[in-house]
Amino acid sequence: MDNLSHIGTGLEPKTELELKLRRKTRISAAFRYTVLAVVGLMMIYPLIWMIGASFKTNAEMFSSPSFWPKEATVQGYIDGWKTSTPYTFGHFFLNSLWIIIPKVIGTAVSCTLVAYGFARFEFPGKKILFATVIATLLLPNVVTRIPQYLLFRDIGWLDSFLPLWVPSALAGDAFFVFMVIQFLRAIPRDMEEAARVDGATTLQTLIYIVVPMLMPALISVCLFQFMWTMNDFLGPLIYISSVEKYPVSLALKLSIDTTEAFAWNQILAMSVLTLAPSLTVFFLAQKYFIEGISTGGVKG
Amino acid sequence: MAELQLRAIEKTYGNGYKAVHGINLDVAEGEFMVLVGPSGCAKSTTLRMIAGLETITRGEVRIGNQVVNDLVPGKRGIAMVFQNYALYPHMKVRRNLSFGLKLKRYAADKIESSTQEVSGILEIEELLERLPKELSGGQAQRVALGRALIKQPEVFLFDEPLSNLDAKLRASMRVRITDLHKRLRKEGRPATVVYVTHDQVEAMTMGDRICVMKDGHIMQVADPVTLYERPANAFVAGFIGMPEMNLVPAMVSRDGSARITIDGQSILTDGLEGRIGGTTGPVTLGIRPQHLEVVETGAENAFTGEITNLEFMGHEVNLHASVGSATFVAVVPSELFDRTLERGDSVGLRPLGPRIHLFDVESGENISLSPQANDTIREETKK
Ligand SMILES: Nc1ncnc2c1ncn2[C@@H]1O[C@H](COP(=O)(O)OP(=O)(O)OP(=O)(O)O)[C@@H](O)[C@H]1O
Ligand SMILES: [Mg+2]
Repeated sequence: MDNLSHIGTGLEPKTELELKLRRKTRISAAFRYTVLAVVGLMMIYPLIWMIGASFKTNAEMFSSPSFWPKEATVQGYIDGWKTSTPYTFGHFFLNSLWIIIPKVIGTAVSCTLVAYGFARFEFPGKKILFATVIATLLLPNVVTRIPQYLLFRDIGWLDSFLPLWVPSALAGDAFFVFMVIQFLRAIPRDMEEAARVDGATTLQTLIYIVVPMLMPALISVCLFQFMWTMNDFLGPLIYISSVEKYPVSLALKLSIDTTEAFAWNQILAMSVLTLAPSLTVFFLAQKYFIEGISTGGVKG
Repeated sequence: MAELQLRAIEKTYGNGYKAVHGINLDVAEGEFMVLVGPSGCAKSTTLRMIAGLETITRGEVRIGNQVVNDLVPGKRGIAMVFQNYALYPHMKVRRNLSFGLKLKRYAADKIESSTQEVSGILEIEELLERLPKELSGGQAQRVALGRALIKQPEVFLFDEPLSNLDAKLRASMRVRITDLHKRLRKEGRPATVVYVTHDQVEAMTMGDRICVMKDGHIMQVADPVTLYERPANAFVAGFIGMPEMNLVPAMVSRDGSARITIDGQSILTDGLEGRIGGTTGPVTLGIRPQHLEVVETGAENAFTGEITNLEFMGHEVNLHASVGSATFVAVVPSELFDRTLERGDSVGLRPLGPRIHLFDVESGENISLSPQANDTIREETKK
């Protein structure tokens, strides 16, 4: 009995302190989550509003601030899909795909080759070449727009997809090259050496050993390239002049240009459709995406 | 299977650092050669030059009498086991094993039977469908061993294959590897092995011969017994053996037999007769802790030292004592140890004459080696 009461008094102040601490952490957690939620909502509100508004009628669009449509209608989608051109919006989606797929494949292949070279081999002039790659990374894109335009005009590639494909297929996106190099540097060379001892040539080592280990990085490269190309407006704007070849990013702008009274609901509806592929791909591949960015090595 | 020859091999790295200074080494067919030395002595560099993973700056590597300097690793008839296993992380164990054979376009049934045989020998049949990340360190190293074995190479190269394993596993893998080597020899396909380690226990227990290296030079190549009993120089003497051999500055003079003086104390010794010729003057005295007898103070032909430390190891006691400015370690079996001794006490230390080594002060060469010396030591060992 004596002992017990002793223990009791010994424990009580401790639990009180514990409770206090626990309350404190709970309050601070609540505070933090509130701040995060508010900021997060601010970020995502335009998107939510856009999705909501795409189901409104054109008249309701600016009359109520709520994002919830009073009487939901898909008329915006139907009209928007038809577009004011001879082509449906689906045609422009196909154009976009036709730009994106070769570009993504070209980027992945060329970046892997170039990064492998930089990360694993010694050759004369390597330092200068690598510095050049980094320099193009730092160079603002706009600086090269005009010389590039002149170059492609002289080759006669205007109004074709070639100016959009070729630079990427030649590892023109220094950012991706850099990203893959960093990833490769974190992978020990032992596996490649083991493969060489096993009799693999340089190319076989690359294909059978390095590429599988690079997968997380390559998936992120492809995802980034996919989303950036999907959202790219300036590139197609500069090089593509016939409506027939427009990707969705230009087609959206087209509907603003040609309609006298802007059919905002149509524009928003098509914008939602335009966003959909990027968002879907992102959520499906989120896991790899994060793995790739956080340049981790290979486990085990 | 084939012999391996290194002829005046040199390596200078891209940054101008010269890691290997003209090494000559012959490894006979079926021989287990261990390269051992302190960290940074270019063991790995040498091995990687043999493998073809590092260019050879100068000299020649011959495998089975063919110069392989300009051959890619895959064409040299070698297999290598790496310290951190280097298994292909995205392939199952089965494909890890067969990858090399697939590249050589072996028939599927031949690959399958080889895989079965090798996984049987190494007891990894249950692991064939696993990924490397699902293996323990010991299992992974067995797979790595299998990947080398399956290729039936002329020369096996090992770079510290056991240093990532815990002590117990290391001991069992050690036995496994030497057993495998013996087994291959018995089956009539002896394997030439070059095995890099910094662990002298591995070196002494596994090697037919041991090559001791230091700073890109070979210090001595010999079988374990010779290396222990007849070290060619002070470096080898100090590197091989536990605890380290005592190496202290001393003077030799003539007084009938040889007289050794350390910091003012001098003793007569008889074991050096016929070994050092007429040598006199300053030398480095080398005596293994096991060959330093602890006797009463003032005993004949013994130095008087003061105990500075006592380490009880269980079966033996390491006694540290200072003789003037020199310090000695003596190993005494526990049951023979006088338990009344304490730190600060005086003891007598008597080196066993035939076991004394004298090294040249400048070059470190052992100047007390002679054919007879070997005989005396053998006699001594028999007793
Ligand atoms: N790529 C390199 N460039 C320049 N110097 C190097 C390179 N690789 C190794 N060295 C140097 O060469 C020397 C020998 O290295 P090596 O790796 O062969 O040593 P080691 O005996 O295997 O050591 P350890 O027991 O630590 O593995 C070291 O001094 C090291 O710093
Ligand atoms: Mg090494």
